[in-house]
Amino acid sequence: MRYLPKSPAERQEMLAAIGVKNVEELFSSIPEKYRLKKALNLPGPFSEQEVIRYFQERAKENSVGYTSFLGAGVYNHLRSVVTDTIIQRGEFLTSYTPYQAEITQGTLQAIFEFQTLMCQLTGQEVANASMYDGSTATTEAVLMAERLTGRTRVLVARSVHPEYREVLRTYAKNSGLHVEEISYTMAGTLDAKALKAAIREDVCAVVVQSPNFFGTIESLGPLAEITRAAGAMLVVAVAEAVSLGAVKPPAEADIVAMEAQSFGLAPSYGGPYAGVIASREKYVRQMPGRLSGQTTDSEGQRGFVLTLATREQHIRREKATSNICTNQALCALAATVHLTLLGKEGLREQAEQNLAKAHFALTELEKIPGVKRTFSGPFFNEFTVALPKSVKLVNAELLQEKIIGPFVLGTAYPELSKNAVVCVTETTSRGEIEKLLAGVRKALATA
Amino acid sequence: MSEKIKKAGRQTNQNEGLIFEKSSPGKRAFELPPLDVPAVDPAKALGEAHRRGGVDGFPEVSEIEVIRHFTRLSTWNYAIDLGMYPLGSCTMKYNPRVNEFVARLDGIATEHPYQPQELSQGCLKVLQLLEKCLLEITGMDAITLQPAAGAQGELTGLLLMQGELTGLLLIRAHHEKNGNPRKRVLIPDSAHGTNPATAVIAGYEVENIKSNAEGQVDLEHLREQVTEDVAALMLTNPSTLGIFEQQIPEIAEILHAKGALLYMDGANMNALTGVTRPGDLGVDVMHLNLHKTFSTPHGGGGPGAGPVAMKKILEPYLPTPVLVEKEGGRLALDFNRKKSVGRVKAFVGNFGVLVRALAYILAYGPGVRQATEDAVVNANYIRKTRW
Repeated sequence: MRYLPKSPAERQEMLAAIGVKNVEELFSSIPEKYRLKKALNLPGPFSEQEVIRYFQERAKENSVGYTSFLGAGVYNHLRSVVTDTIIQRGEFLTSYTPYQAEITQGTLQAIFEFQTLMCQLTGQEVANASMYDGSTATTEAVLMAERLTGRTRVLVARSVHPEYREVLRTYAKNSGLHVEEISYTMAGTLDAKALKAAIREDVCAVVVQSPNFFGTIESLGPLAEITRAAGAMLVVAVAEAVSLGAVKPPAEADIVAMEAQSFGLAPSYGGPYAGVIASREKYVRQMPGRLSGQTTDSEGQRGFVLTLATREQHIRREKATSNICTNQALCALAATVHLTLLGKEGLREQAEQNLAKAHFALTELEKIPGVKRTFSGPFFNEFTVALPKSVKLVNAELLQEKIIGPFVLGTAYPELSKNAVVCVTETTSRGEIEKLLAGVRKALATA
Repeated sequence: MSEKIKKAGRQTNQNEGLIFEKSSPGKRAFELPPLDVPAVDPAKALGEAHRRGGVDGFPEVSEIEVIRHFTRLSTWNYAIDLGMYPLGSCTMKYNPRVNEFVARLDGIATEHPYQPQELSQGCLKVLQLLEKCLLEITGMDAITLQPAAGAQGELTGLLLMQGELTGLLLIRAHHEKNGNPRKRVLIPDSAHGTNPATAVIAGYEVENIKSNAEGQVDLEHLREQVTEDVAALMLTNPSTLGIFEQQIPEIAEILHAKGALLYMDGANMNALTGVTRPGDLGVDVMHLNLHKTFSTPHGGGGPGAGPVAMKKILEPYLPTPVLVEKEGGRLALDFNRKKSVGRVKAFVGNFGVLVRALAYILAYGPGVRQATEDAVVNANYIRKTRW
């Protein structure tokens, strides 16, 4: 087998050196009746070409050739081929977790650069080496707030991504946290009055997403004031990280939980992505996950190590700040390479292209009779529209034109049936936007 | 003429600065295609209050500087491509490059988790085949591919057991009057740190169990420790000390007699795959680490995937969505599961990692036992001849 570096003769030599006649003897500690007598019933073995062919056949059964207007937490953005060139280097791809600093300075320095970029983006003081994704980063941010305040009530905006809220509820059930939802206004933002009415000194965290699931940008200042007045912590989730290229960062937040998928990671049917957790220096000891820190070696040269490891599971075990061990290191590296390629100007320009394309799409969509924007607050590259007809039916017709239409809100938000979230990024051409417009016009013209 | 041939040394200076230290205003490494719609003024579109000029401190470098910087950094790393890692619990093995190739295919890398299911049959078939293969390998009845790593798998496992215990409690409460939330999880102190850390996140108290002189669970002490207040025992097998727990069926019996369940940390599946199956031994639920046993790359710390496989009794509690097969062989994701523990992560899981694991299994086929045998021969060889 091509992945195994042993010849039959070598195997025999090794067995002889060990002092056994056959390999079965080495499994004698497994009770005989539980040792398999037949080979497992698995497909294969496949040559390299057959493996490739299997996945090429599967690829044909997916959505190649379609244009998508979906966002909702996963975004199509430009990716440079340079990113793969770097992350495919064996020294990065196949390296172990950097517990042994002497042989992993490459990874540790890259993580330090990632952490620094995340702080610059989010306006926070310290960021960790990554979480699994935005949904779990948000959840762990809440758990962090629980540890810091000692309180157990959580107020989460209904305009936070439905799956982020589901994950939070799953974890909350077992941490003794009580999660309540706060509704949104006609502007499409968190209802500050409702928040003020609901908040008391038993709340550990107020969770809001910006831009939120509807695409609207939240005004964090007033929310931060209400939150702090009650002694609670403001957790701001960011699902579309490119927004930070044009939108003011959530510096008012106590903890930022971000999804970095937009920075060089393919949509890949749901993962792997890269979660980010960033906060104030004073809270660092309650932060989950790995942290790369800068130090000097015995010769005074700069070096990097995993630091404050007493927070983590491998040291603190049941008292750890989280159970996380494996994170999304290679994805974080991809994001780091991607952002250094884009640079300051590239990210700004990319963000402004998103803004332009989405605003153009909305302006044109609203020219179609019956289509209007649902909310009034400012938006980045996603917005919610109300249609005079079921979105599912419109999308079914758009599929005929090889268009994957906007996200149907009615399932997660029954009060918003016939509403949909449209996402337009820098990767959507004007021609494709015009195809969408024509398709929607046609779908609405038929009864 | 020198008789000694010198090998090329590392020409690069090992004092590579931070990318920020190479930054200079006006440099760029990536250009976008020109805008084909009217530009908007961000101040007008967002309002002054929300507008940002540019990210302060963000690096400005050229493409060649990015390539040189990260290439130099990479030369500071040791990696599997350079040599072995003799550490346990993480199973550092070759990361096949065909796995990287197929994960990047158009139609595999490009798919959005919310696109119509009829346009995702390829992705769903990949998930279904991987599920079937992992169930065959573990000897279990049901599986979830959602958890992002072993630690999340452990949490899911504990939540599933809670789901089942809740079910059992409902039955028992019908007969007895006092409800019993079962507060404790038993864990050997040789266990990986994620085990106790996860148990706490799942709302349990952790109690250590004793090993005997042979490194096996001490059954007599176990009999005393397992009461109706114990939810589960979390076992790693082989243990982090490399020892195969020979009395798993007996341990399972002791636990089941008191209504507790047996969880196995599958980190060391590399010593068992194709030789024995945890399901056959009496394990109720276990996780696998695809970034350990199934060759997906460690990448300096992740990403990984921690599928959880279980016996039929726990199936009702599977995280949503659950992959189902409908008429005509059409595959779908079922979100309507009343007893589900919920979801532990957005979307279906780390799909790109799942693709790589399936590619590994397909390459080996039934011959996957050979990898297990070679691993065990290697370990015994080092122990016998080098120690």
